[in-house]
Amino acid sequence: MRFWVTESGNAAPVRRVALVGGVVVLAGCADEQSTLRPESDAARSVATMWWVMLVASAIVVGVVTLLVLLTLLKRRGRRDRVDRTDSPGATTAVLVSGAIVPAVVLVALFVYVLASLGATSQPSGGTAFPIEVVGKQWFWAVRYPEQHIATANEIHVPVGVPVEVVAVTDDVIHSFWVPRLNRKIDMIPGRRNRLRIEADRAGVYRGQCAEFCGLQHANMAFYVIAQSRRDFERWVEREQQTPQRGAPGERVFVDTGCGGCHTIRGVSNGTIGPDLTHVGSRTTLAAGTIPNRKGYLGGWILDPQHVKPGNKMPGLPLSGRDLQELLDYLESLR
Amino acid sequence: MATVVARDELRKLQATWHERPGLKAFLTTVDHKSIGRRYLVTASLFFVAAGVEALALRTQLAVPDAGAIGPKAYNQLFSMHGVTMIFLFVTPFLSGFGNFIVPLQIGARDMAFPRMNALSYWTYLASGVFIYSSFLVGEAPNDGWFNYTPLAEKAFTPGLNIDYYNLGLLFLAISSTVGSINFIVTILKLRAPGMSLNRIPLFCWGILAQAFSLVFALPALSAANIFLELQRRFGFHFFDHSHGGDPLLWQHLFWIFGHPDVYIIFLPAIGIVSSVVPVFARRSLVAHDWLVLATVATAFLGFGVWVHHMFATGLPNVTFAFFAATSVIIAIPSGVQVFGWIATILKGHPVIRSPMLYVLGFLVVFVVGGVTGVMFAAIPFDQQVTDSYFVVAHFHYVLFGGAVFPIFAGIHYWYPKLVGRMLDERLATWSFWLFFVGFNLTFFPMHVTGLLGMPRRIYTYHPGLGWDTLNLLSTIGAFTLAVGILGTMGNVLRSARRGEPAPDDPWGANTLEWATSSPPPHFNFASIPVVRSQDPNWDVEDRREDRRRLARAELTLSEGHETIGTSWLDGDIEEIHESPPESPWPLVLTLALAWFFTAFLTGHWVLAAIGIGLTTAAVGGWNLREPGEE
Repeated sequence: MRFWVTESGNAAPVRRVALVGGVVVLAGCADEQSTLRPESDAARSVATMWWVMLVASAIVVGVVTLLVLLTLLKRRGRRDRVDRTDSPGATTAVLVSGAIVPAVVLVALFVYVLASLGATSQPSGGTAFPIEVVGKQWFWAVRYPEQHIATANEIHVPVGVPVEVVAVTDDVIHSFWVPRLNRKIDMIPGRRNRLRIEADRAGVYRGQCAEFCGLQHANMAFYVIAQSRRDFERWVEREQQTPQRGAPGERVFVDTGCGGCHTIRGVSNGTIGPDLTHVGSRTTLAAGTIPNRKGYLGGWILDPQHVKPGNKMPGLPLSGRDLQELLDYLESLR
Repeated sequence: MATVVARDELRKLQATWHERPGLKAFLTTVDHKSIGRRYLVTASLFFVAAGVEALALRTQLAVPDAGAIGPKAYNQLFSMHGVTMIFLFVTPFLSGFGNFIVPLQIGARDMAFPRMNALSYWTYLASGVFIYSSFLVGEAPNDGWFNYTPLAEKAFTPGLNIDYYNLGLLFLAISSTVGSINFIVTILKLRAPGMSLNRIPLFCWGILAQAFSLVFALPALSAANIFLELQRRFGFHFFDHSHGGDPLLWQHLFWIFGHPDVYIIFLPAIGIVSSVVPVFARRSLVAHDWLVLATVATAFLGFGVWVHHMFATGLPNVTFAFFAATSVIIAIPSGVQVFGWIATILKGHPVIRSPMLYVLGFLVVFVVGGVTGVMFAAIPFDQQVTDSYFVVAHFHYVLFGGAVFPIFAGIHYWYPKLVGRMLDERLATWSFWLFFVGFNLTFFPMHVTGLLGMPRRIYTYHPGLGWDTLNLLSTIGAFTLAVGILGTMGNVLRSARRGEPAPDDPWGANTLEWATSSPPPHFNFASIPVVRSQDPNWDVEDRREDRRRLARAELTLSEGHETIGTSWLDGDIEEIHESPPESPWPLVLTLALAWFFTAFLTGHWVLAAIGIGLTTAAVGGWNLREPGEE
């Protein structure tokens, strides 16, 4: 059931394999979004912190559970007899086990936390280039200001190169979260938060909005695709190209008014919906809601409210021929 | 001769405090025991509503890509589940125990302000009905219990959903504020002679700490509600970045209330634990004074940790480090309490009955919630798992484990006093095990679901992310838990008719509520008890002396609605406190307020202005005559 042949190093073959295999379901391997399978220094430092805290916590929970079970072994009391003696020894034991020992452990934890802050802190320089990610109800607009690229819901990065994600929002608060690469960072109106992303290995890392953002918060996923530097540069080059004009589907696109919301470079410049300049090269649609295949895309165009209720796209009652042409056109936008 | 005097006194007390049953008494009563019972019954109904909402959510999440309920309903249901559990169930239910138990535990005849007590109940009921009426128009609050802006602004949530939320919580805030002030004055001023500060029962300490916390925390929430309502209705810009406002202001205001609220929920609940433990351990509390100190310290420290809810917002690390430090420190008082209880049980000779089962269950699950709570002070880890199911797991261990477990202990412990009959112990034991297993099966897997990256508040998820089995387990657990709760409810209803009659003191308990009959008479105590230790009901000779005093007509205060007012520190007799009899004004004032809030909600400004007039008139009518003259 692997959608992605992960860590194979090259996104284009990945997609081809997946399509040819005919097993494209919207599901990844079981740990695609797991905090416990880190693939970067930052995520690894958090995962390590978790395992350390888990061991300490297991000891605490184990001791308390044991003591609670121990009470069951005590000789049973009687209603008419109570012990009202003072017990300074027991009080001391309570303070040692309940305050002093925890205080020592907690101070150690606090120092450990302060020492680990650097790995996940907002970057202040030292990154190769910025990527601006804009949270919108309910998808992610992605801009590469230095490469002059605009795309959506899929973020390509070169392996082993630290890049700076600039997290902003166009409407409500969202939260950018790719658990395998770093902790999350909120996207808040009026703020430009930053997060360093650096993947150790090529692969596809799923992310998802982590701050409740309304009706379709559940269907606001994205993918970070880490590629070798050469593949990344090839991808950049392709994304920079303007699509060929004149396909019959382009006329349908323009006549139906799709351009009011969507940008296809050279054709239209709407900004309400995702940029579609290279939509054909993406693996999913509607922020990870459905796979990017003709059948799904057709269903989406005809009735997007059925697939993702509440999203901003209206259903388009296209004729069969128009739809076919539009699908061919969108698929050709690679 | 002595018995004649006693009988005479009892007859006079009976005549003074008696309320003739009927509709009039129902609507005008100020008896703290009636009000306490009403709180408990009303809050139980909201508990059922929140439970049904939870089961709907768990049904939808049982399998991936499910279509049981759509996103619109899901978002309203999860929001209302949180709002209900926190605002309409746990806090009012604990107020119910507080209302019924506190005056009894401190040896008083009623709350300090009985009519305000009635007001706090009626406003609670009315605000709860107000919030729930949103379902009738299909526009229940839908932006979560913390209701972040700008999502909650008109541009993104145009319906009445958030207006119900703002106005409902403001309405409820009246209830909480009035109730808190009442608890503070009652506990500080109406204690039995001799009950100095160090002899206050720990449940009363819990209620006292809660009441102080509420009085200081609630204004932040109310301010936020007012700001947001002004913004939604009249175009103000408090949280609107494009006009110089800041959405983070909402988060600060909300969590300045919201984190202390965790302790507002938790402190009376652990007060129940501290009540149950010595009784069933057959031993005075070990480290008693430290447990009191821990309660008070928690209430104070609770005000200094709120930013740990905001670690992912991108504020500076220096700020985070400060709040991480306070979040770490606040674990220490809880540590003292947990080991205090365990030491008491280990030093004693435990009697394992149903209240104790819930306490032992509480100890285990609360420690799990405690250690994961400390993890949220670890800034990078918090930033990784906040807003994931790990948080959902954590706060259910703390709030359900830390408050609902003790509440169930309290139900089983105080039922005989409340109802005058015993619960069925066999059914109680069965219900407990379903409750305990169901709880852990529901919420333990959520730790893992969160670590595997599942965000909270999503109405659906795709298969294959490793979340499927875990979610199914949680759903099975939720229904198991529901069966356990139904078992307890059945037990409560059935025993009210068929349970064995309860003696005054079925457990051999240490506090004064067990020194009077089950259920207590309207005047609680014929002769106000005089206290000489932390465990007054274990002072057998003192309680005999109470009865002798009745025969001498001492401290009976049989001339009117009276109880003893004492000094707040030493519990020395200061005055005879006059307590007003039943009154229609609390209900009238509540209806006037309900008029105002409803008119405001629907945007009828003239009617709203009339509502303000009615409210003012009701306050005037209330104060027209002194209590004694009515």
